[in-house]
Amino acid sequence: MAAQIQQTPNFSQRLRSLLLSQEGILFLILVVATIVLSSFNPNFLAINNLLNQARLLCEVGLVALPMTYIIITGGIDLSVGSILGLCAILLGIFWKAGVPLGLTIVLVLIVGIFAGAFNALFIVWLDVPPLIMTLATLALYRGMAQGISQARSVRGYPEWFYIFGQENVLGLPTQLWFFIIGIIISAIVLARTTLGRALYAIGNNVVGARFSGLRVSRALVIIYSFSGFMAALAAVVFVSRVTTTRSDMGSGLELDAIAAVVLGGTSIMGGKGTILGTVIGLLLIQLLKYGLQLLGVTGDATIIVIGSVLIVTVLLNNLIQRRRGVT
Amino acid sequence: MTASASSPRRWLRYFANQETAVLLFLILLAVVVGSINPRFLASRNVSDILQGNAYIAIAAIGMTIVIITGNIDISVGSLVGLLAVIAGRIATSGAPPLVAWLAPLFFGALVGAFIGYLVAYLKIPSIVVTLGMLSILKGFLIIWTAGSRVEDMPPNFFLAQWDWFGIPVPIFLMVVLTIIAALWMRYSGVGRSFYAVGGNPEAARLSGISQQRVVLQAFILNGVFVGVASTLYATQLSVIQATPPPSLELFIITSAVVGGVSILGGKGTVIGAVLAAILLNAIRSSMVFVNVSPFWIQAVQGILILVTVLIDLIRRRREMF
Repeated sequence: MAAQIQQTPNFSQRLRSLLLSQEGILFLILVVATIVLSSFNPNFLAINNLLNQARLLCEVGLVALPMTYIIITGGIDLSVGSILGLCAILLGIFWKAGVPLGLTIVLVLIVGIFAGAFNALFIVWLDVPPLIMTLATLALYRGMAQGISQARSVRGYPEWFYIFGQENVLGLPTQLWFFIIGIIISAIVLARTTLGRALYAIGNNVVGARFSGLRVSRALVIIYSFSGFMAALAAVVFVSRVTTTRSDMGSGLELDAIAAVVLGGTSIMGGKGTILGTVIGLLLIQLLKYGLQLLGVTGDATIIVIGSVLIVTVLLNNLIQRRRGVT
Repeated sequence: MTASASSPRRWLRYFANQETAVLLFLILLAVVVGSINPRFLASRNVSDILQGNAYIAIAAIGMTIVIITGNIDISVGSLVGLLAVIAGRIATSGAPPLVAWLAPLFFGALVGAFIGYLVAYLKIPSIVVTLGMLSILKGFLIIWTAGSRVEDMPPNFFLAQWDWFGIPVPIFLMVVLTIIAALWMRYSGVGRSFYAVGGNPEAARLSGISQQRVVLQAFILNGVFVGVASTLYATQLSVIQATPPPSLELFIITSAVVGGVSILGGKGTVIGAVLAAILLNAIRSSMVFVNVSPFWIQAVQGILILVTVLIDLIRRRREMF
């Protein structure tokens, strides 16, 4: 896609390419949406409302970070919603069985890592396409959650547990801290480490990456395990926020996360994408949901808008990329 | 596929194609569950399994075609929900039942054409387009119905409860459509072009096949099959729910995959997908008969995909040596 002759771009060229990047387009949409929605309702920008919205965004946000990695490598992880469901159920089951809650949380996070690593096992060593493997575990993990729980829910956690989902630390919702730390670490790893750069190489040309001596298998095992871990962390936050566990928790979460990642400019074909894009994608989706809700549009109508925005931005991006590729 | 008959491990030959493997597994299931609880094989139960889920098998035919071209459609669950309500609303408005039955086919083809156009001509990956459509169709359905289900359809609307030639209509349509689709995929030029585009796009292009037109055709056809499925779904019970059947797309894609359709495109048959859809539903039904909680069904479904993947792996290894 890049221009044939690489010259040092001057300022206006840089600005142009920044504005025409998917992140740039999205950022403009984000600004316009904010202005329009806040002009309809002055409460839109009230800080408490925004923080509350941020709270709601974190569960999808946490899994969207590793999802960005995975999609950059040309893979996909459909099982994150089910890992969340399974981990939530196990949290309840272990706790009811008398395991101290602190230990339970650690155990659940380990289960998440193993659930992700199990995906990687088949994808890396048996060469199963990620779509198929994670489709299988989407069903398997959700089925385990349902089978283990038998549709019973677990309630009555100790008071301190609610800090993860309902309370604030230093003025911000606790889970928002998890998310912010997650963003910073993921962004640095992706942009500044060998592992991060290897992900792009894998997405562009996996055979080439292997022949260049990159440790492809290790990278894939790490990112799928990371995905499982983040889904488990999201499960802890989710259970803490809604104070109960149910086996259908997190169903459809994978689609929300993928939508945010793709909206953020990560190519579903792999090789291209940033954490910043994903974060803007997440913000845009949550802002649209919230803004339309303030306008009295029901939650179900907002998913039409989100679906349309997803298709239209990818379409726009395609057209711009193609035009730039031609000229 | 043409392992020599004198091979000492001749039985492995039966697993050489996924269709036979699924069929054998289906028979094994019938024998085992039937011997534990003979009521599983009562004609009433067998007919229930086939009749109540024929619409899933028919939707799996469309999905097979789409996957063979190297694409996927994750919006079918929402589409079935929407098309079923369209059929129900048309029927309650007093239009002749035939119109209500055919409307889902028409609108299904229309949605399919829209998706196909975006995928084939505007080059948006099918998983992105159908992810967007999943939200759009579902949101539209819920707003339109305001969450209330459709009831009071005229008595002559319930096609799925009829018999044709002594066979329940859903089973009749499932068998007829499977045979037609299987023959057409195998012998017609268009049918072959689906495999060509999915298997080797470059070769297909060089031999003068328009990849764009083929992909568009695949999505339109998928829309028509989803339309037929929706008509059966709408006419089998006296009410039509205002929400899409939960995880239906998952079930349909699983059927195709377990039936041996390769997600990488170019490989698989309609018969395999239909047999796998029947197998999945038979397993679901059998769990009740052997006293396993039906809450485990999704876990079984997941294991079944993994087993399919492993069998496929063994098969590929054998072909290599």
